[in-house]
Amino acid sequence: MDLIPLAKALAIGLGAIGPGIGVGLIGAKAMEAIGRNPEASGKVLVPMLIASAFAEAIAIYALVIAFSIK
Amino acid sequence: MENLTTQNNTENTEIIHESTLYAEPIFYIGSFSITNALFTSWIAVLTIVLIVFAIRKNLKEVPKGIQNFFEIIFEGALSLCDQVTNSRKITEKVFPLAFAIFFFVLVNNWLGILPLGGFGLLEKTDEGIAFVPFIRSGTADINTTLALSLLSVIGANIFGIVSIGLWKSFNKYVNLKALGSIAIKIRKDPVVLIVAPVTFFVGVLELIGEFAKIASLSFRLFGNVFAGEVLLLSMSAIIAYGLPVPFLFLEIFVGVIQAFIFSILVLVYFTIASQDHDTHDEKEHQNINEKITV
Repeated sequence: MDLIPLAKALAIGLGAIGPGIGVGLIGAKAMEAIGRNPEASGKVLVPMLIASAFAEAIAIYALVIAFSIK
Repeated sequence: MENLTTQNNTENTEIIHESTLYAEPIFYIGSFSITNALFTSWIAVLTIVLIVFAIRKNLKEVPKGIQNFFEIIFEGALSLCDQVTNSRKITEKVFPLAFAIFFFVLVNNWLGILPLGGFGLLEKTDEGIAFVPFIRSGTADINTTLALSLLSVIGANIFGIVSIGLWKSFNKYVNLKALGSIAIKIRKDPVVLIVAPVTFFVGVLELIGEFAKIASLSFRLFGNVFAGEVLLLSMSAIIAYGLPVPFLFLEIFVGVIQAFIFSILVLVYFTIASQDHDTHDEKEHQNINEKITV
């Protein structure tokens, strides 16, 4: 049985759970902050993008592993 | 025999478009192979140099056109840099490096998504004819990103040694000062027996953290750009027209964000390295005291 496709799928699938939750939390909190203080939306946006890029990078690590399984 | 070989040839005429993890060589200078990622990073450097000279030539007191545009970027970047470093002195020293890295990474990221991927070589391999594009963004090669992150982390440590001294920056990692304080303070304050080993261990953790910085910096950039290329390729394999357009926008955006994050992190590492732990703590205490008195 060829387990390589399964290994690839598991690597990216499991690896994307955490970052998914993380990006969701970041977005939710940012929306909350903008809701409380709509004038701060400009100030919230950039740190939010940076933080979500950090969270996303963890999914990218999993993606690199998934690509490199041969 | 002849029939067999021709049959084999007709079977293998389909061109394989595969995005490999490693950059592929496109030509050789002597025995030194020039990969497409290296070639693209040369183009990136050339582009930046040309832009710089074009602006340098028409530099005026009252900015106009393209100079205006770059002055806005420059001023914004400088004020952002001040926010991160909290002092103009450090900004003046680190800003050129961080800004140069930003532009190098940005141009590399964007060169990768230019619609020039159709130009390339056809190479015969064991599995058939493989297509090797001339352009592959330099940051989609782990060697480039690893070199950039090694440069910035080692550079940050050298910057730390220059600005706070060899002994203090050495004590950040191998905390001999904390071990020495056991012998000095143990009579007055026996708690130091517990505190000093913990402080020493924190120093060891920081040493490991230095290597983690190199790994995370290089893999973040490489992974994002490479995944973007694979994403675009697989999207255009599904439907060639229309569908890749939103993903192209996404990739333009990701290119900016990743270049931005890389340079901000370089700034942060330089700033952390140039700060002394002890004086930093004292400043914090002062700030707290001021807040209490206010």
